[in-house]
Amino acid sequence: MSEATPSTDRTYSGISGEITGIPVAFPNVRAWWICFGFSLCLLLLFFISAGVLFRYGVGVWGNNIPVNWGLAISNYVWFLGIGHAGTLISALLLLVNAHWRNSLNRFAEAMTLFAVICAGLYPILHLGRPWLFYWMAPYPNSMAIWPQFKSPLTWDFFAVLTYLTVSVLFWYIGIVPDLAAVRDRAKKRRYQVFYGLFALGWRGSAHHWARWRQSYRLVAAIAVPLVVSVHSEISLLFAAGPIPGWASTVFPPYFVLGAAFSGFAVVAMLAVPLRHAFGLKDLVTERHLDLLAKFLLATGFMTAYGYVAEVYDVFYSGEQQEMATMMDRFSGAYAWSYWGAVIANFVPLQLLWFAAIRRNPILLFLISLSVVVGMWFERYMLLVSSLYRDYLVSSWGEYHASFWEWSLYAGMIGVFLVPFLLFVRFLPMISAFEVNEVLSKEKEAARG
Amino acid sequence: MAEASREREPAPNKEAMFGFIAEFDRPSRLVEAAETTRKEGYVSMDAYSPFPISGLAEALGHSDMRVPWLTLFGGIFGAAIGLGLQIYTNLDYPLNIGGRPLIAFPAFMLITFELLVLFAVLFSIIGMLVLNHLPRLHHPVFDVEDFQLASSEKFFLIIFANDEKFHPEQTLQFLESLQPLRAEAVQHAEEPE
Repeated sequence: MSEATPSTDRTYSGISGEITGIPVAFPNVRAWWICFGFSLCLLLLFFISAGVLFRYGVGVWGNNIPVNWGLAISNYVWFLGIGHAGTLISALLLLVNAHWRNSLNRFAEAMTLFAVICAGLYPILHLGRPWLFYWMAPYPNSMAIWPQFKSPLTWDFFAVLTYLTVSVLFWYIGIVPDLAAVRDRAKKRRYQVFYGLFALGWRGSAHHWARWRQSYRLVAAIAVPLVVSVHSEISLLFAAGPIPGWASTVFPPYFVLGAAFSGFAVVAMLAVPLRHAFGLKDLVTERHLDLLAKFLLATGFMTAYGYVAEVYDVFYSGEQQEMATMMDRFSGAYAWSYWGAVIANFVPLQLLWFAAIRRNPILLFLISLSVVVGMWFERYMLLVSSLYRDYLVSSWGEYHASFWEWSLYAGMIGVFLVPFLLFVRFLPMISAFEVNEVLSKEKEAARG
Repeated sequence: MAEASREREPAPNKEAMFGFIAEFDRPSRLVEAAETTRKEGYVSMDAYSPFPISGLAEALGHSDMRVPWLTLFGGIFGAAIGLGLQIYTNLDYPLNIGGRPLIAFPAFMLITFELLVLFAVLFSIIGMLVLNHLPRLHHPVFDVEDFQLASSEKFFLIIFANDEKFHPEQTLQFLESLQPLRAEAVQHAEEPE
């Protein structure tokens, strides 16, 4: 038996109690408040930055013609990409019966939810008149016009909205049985009412489980192609534009794999402190870190292949402007973002060839952090280095992010951390019943 | 072959009993007990467990394919809405852009797919909850002693009182013959459900 599933001498109530006991009798209250207070400060910074943006308009940002997207859109792609790993871990590994996913899927999906919310806020804030964002929706209106359905910008609206809805529902039906367990464990009346309402009266009926399983697996099967479609669509925001360095068929797979790469890195970065802070090392074991690291290494190489394919594509095409853009990425004004991406993404990653490093939480955390930074460089590089030098010299111009863009970015981390910390505080962060389901199979097998 | 089980539960009735419930110590015992009960001829019954147990629903004779069908129907419905919406709006407000086709299927496929996914998932999950009669604020089994452990470590089998074969004494004796940890009567809930 691998150590990715609990040993058969564990009891069901032991595992359930270890996980569902955390919300009702929270350990480390002080450490949690310190983290939460820090995150609230970031959230406040978000509201200040957004307030300034609303008051004075997008002029407070550094983006202008020709680089009219800037940090807002590169961060949008970055956040959304991070989100995709949660769905992949949860849905894809469920379908292939990789049971080790049960220790990771719940908080990875929570990460997806909050990353998608951060991502979704960015294009809205970037609109110039954000309060009119609902014009993206097709509804009969007094102007008698419709959204342009042949534009990737409209596809975007549908893709992100669908992804958010599906992620919320998939996560929620996955957590309901555990909410019932917390409800049954809670002693305080207010907890019983709170968890009781959100558990929907779940009582573990066999008929209910049968339908639940049908629905859960079907939604998982639909969620995997959804991830691919959503990030492919994001790449079409770029690839469908006639801009040198963008109009490439490499983009959809390149973006999807990069998304999975950055997302697995964030899952590892969350797993390391969570297992440490809550004494969950018997559930999120070194074997889990090892598997996450292997995923990181594999998706990292797939992403690296995207880099190579992109360069090959450009020089094989012989297009002068494409080649000029590529050379400019290597040595132009934004070469730091290209080489930053290459180095931060792929150099520390090579350490993961060694098993001892894959199982070392601190090193895995640092390598993952490097990947997250590297993928941020990549999104920035793809966006800015293409836009700032168009076909016409007359439309060249540089881009530098302003203070309010950086402050909004820092604030957006708060938009991610505040709900994530509330999730850690109040909800079962590991899927106790799925761990127990696997445990029961192993117990029966051991019994013979 | 025994008749397929029904999960139709007794209607609230203060005068009558809700059913008999038996507790088992592990999943395989529960599955065996469910099989025996069904062979005995009981059809109105249910089992409660902290996690899904392979073979338990089959042992109870549960066969319900409505959730997969609802998912499929939702997908077809969503795709039709997505494609129809785009065709309709383009015909409603035609924009001739360099003579390109007004109805451009390649450009329409992405939103068609997204709405296919959205509605398949909505139909699947909402359908699952509705068919399960959830959400529900209370249920008679919640009054059973130790039933709060059914969400973490205990396994229960219940025979509902509206079963044709149900008998206030023989049914209890039968359940006890399955060698559960204990078996007891379940009354209807005090409060209106």
